[in-house]
Amino acid sequence: MHFRIEQRPEPSARMRVAAPIVATALTLLVGSIVFAALGHSPLATLHAFFIAPLSSMNGLSEWLLKASPLILIACGLAVGFRANVWNIGAEGQLIIGAIAASGVGLFYPDPESVLLLPLMFVAGALAGMGWAAIPAFLRARMNTNEILVTLMLTYIAVLFLSWLVHGPWRDPAGFNYPQTALLPPAAMFEPFDYAYRLNGSVFITVVAVVAMWLFTDRSFLGYKMSVSGAAPLAARYAGFRESAAVWTGLLAGGAAAGIAGMAEAAGPLGQLSSQISPGYGFAAIIVAFIGRLNAFGIVLGGLLMSLLFLGGDSVQMTLGLPSALTRIFQGILLFFLLAADFFIFYRIRPLREHA
Amino acid sequence: MDLFIAIFTGTIIAATPLIFAALGELVVEKSGVLNLGIEGMMLVGAAFAFWGVIAGLPMPLAILAGALAGAASSLLFGVLALTFLTNQYAAGLALAIFGSGLSAFIGRGFGSAPIDALDAIHLPVLSDIPLVGPLLLRFDPLVYLALFMFAVISWFLYRTKAGLVLRTIGESPETAHAIGFPVIKIRYLAVLFGGLMAGLGGAYLSVAYTPLWVENMTAGRGWIALALVVFATWRPLRVLLGAWLFGGMTILQLQGQALGLGVPSELLSALPYAATIVVLVIISQNRQMLALHFPASLAKPFRPAN
Repeated sequence: MHFRIEQRPEPSARMRVAAPIVATALTLLVGSIVFAALGHSPLATLHAFFIAPLSSMNGLSEWLLKASPLILIACGLAVGFRANVWNIGAEGQLIIGAIAASGVGLFYPDPESVLLLPLMFVAGALAGMGWAAIPAFLRARMNTNEILVTLMLTYIAVLFLSWLVHGPWRDPAGFNYPQTALLPPAAMFEPFDYAYRLNGSVFITVVAVVAMWLFTDRSFLGYKMSVSGAAPLAARYAGFRESAAVWTGLLAGGAAAGIAGMAEAAGPLGQLSSQISPGYGFAAIIVAFIGRLNAFGIVLGGLLMSLLFLGGDSVQMTLGLPSALTRIFQGILLFFLLAADFFIFYRIRPLREHA
Repeated sequence: MDLFIAIFTGTIIAATPLIFAALGELVVEKSGVLNLGIEGMMLVGAAFAFWGVIAGLPMPLAILAGALAGAASSLLFGVLALTFLTNQYAAGLALAIFGSGLSAFIGRGFGSAPIDALDAIHLPVLSDIPLVGPLLLRFDPLVYLALFMFAVISWFLYRTKAGLVLRTIGESPETAHAIGFPVIKIRYLAVLFGGLMAGLGGAYLSVAYTPLWVENMTAGRGWIALALVVFATWRPLRVLLGAWLFGGMTILQLQGQALGLGVPSELLSALPYAATIVVLVIISQNRQMLALHFPASLAKPFRPAN
């Protein structure tokens, strides 16, 4: 029996829905095989990875707490990705946003001001945008590849943060740990319940998701950007300026990442430290793709990715498995998802033998 | 004089992993494929080579293990990009993330003890010639292998028929397919070669450059290699020059840290990354030069009709 791959006349709507489900199922399957190979019962490990983290109130709180920055950043990035603007330096923009916000929180003259949190929000957003404005300017004006610039700026941001928390901003009373003093209470999001860490910053993410949906599905600029991504030549004939897409895409990603950084410092961490992000900026790229660059898909993708982070911690604590498994699963999930997408546009048909 | 020798040899050594990785990526991109996963492949290569040394393999076999692991990991990208026609940016990023996770996973049992580094060669008489010996004839074998690969790749791309076919595929896969060349197969081979070279570059880091295991020890060199290919406007000699330039930057900032110039070490460490941006900006101004050597089908999925 021979098979032949042929293009579908129309992209398959059914496969579009099935692809992420198939990809997740295959990731679980590969995960089970890996766990079995490591000498752990696959079922018990899968339970520890995907079920146990969600079976307590604290787990649910952590799930949303980690999903929130992922979804927020992915929404911002997807605006650019739709127009083929490849900002892969959200991690750096997050760090710079966290630095600026923490700076305001630590050094604002009135530590009890009600303006403190809003000012930190603005500082985080502006700093993230500023960091993303560098690659935007270089791409729009100087024809420089934004992938490489955003990445290089991420390494620079990491080193800058490291210098700050080891040097000038280090908490003198902090036993030499690379971290700043704690932010004053007025500079923090209040948790919904002091037993858990989930706080009001999740509402920022909700607003971002709606804004992203309005922008991509209901605005003319969003439409123009999608056209530039899907058909650059058509966009040029229609007179859509490429530089507008570059600026919008990068600034949206930078603002989202900067705000996410601010919410980390002012939320669960309460200070600036060299461990401000467990890789949210990179994982958000995967979230954007899993969500098909679509606001509501991104919500689901962010919840899934957040679960992978929690699961990695959970199997590390309960079974002693390395947390590097999280990144492996993130990679595998994206591999399968990208491969499954193929079947939206193509199908495999058995070839009948001709006599 | 000693300082000069130290800076010169340090530059050559620091450039070696970049030369391997960037030359490999150059061949991949010349075939019209953009693999952003170099950082991941280098990490996998570094982890497997280090594992080889710990497991007691002879050094050449350990290095080979790293190279082959790099090639194997590139196949993940290859299947996605070439068979499943995936967006190559996304597939490459997936490989970069996967590779960093896999290497951290493999490396969890390595401990923090250094291993015996790859030995430098010592030629009787020749390596002892004043100046020439210390400057040119006392490197480890991989430094010479990197230069040899430069010569081989330059010759292959511009002096052989197979190289011409590869470049044709990078310019117009449709044309190459119409003439009857197996486009997909050749692109697979190019991707595998790129993985092999990235694996070698990673192996060089973990068994020769800094012979101890540190998670994410490539520290962005895979991305700098990617930048070098653009910097070089897709020409091998410029890849070599670019790698030496960045090797020199790395060594100078390390010397600066050692001298204690009063500049914080983190800020000095940021110099090579900042320099990458500056150089990219300068190169990008010459649009004609870029367009002349840019493989026209780069990162565009291709599927032969029927």
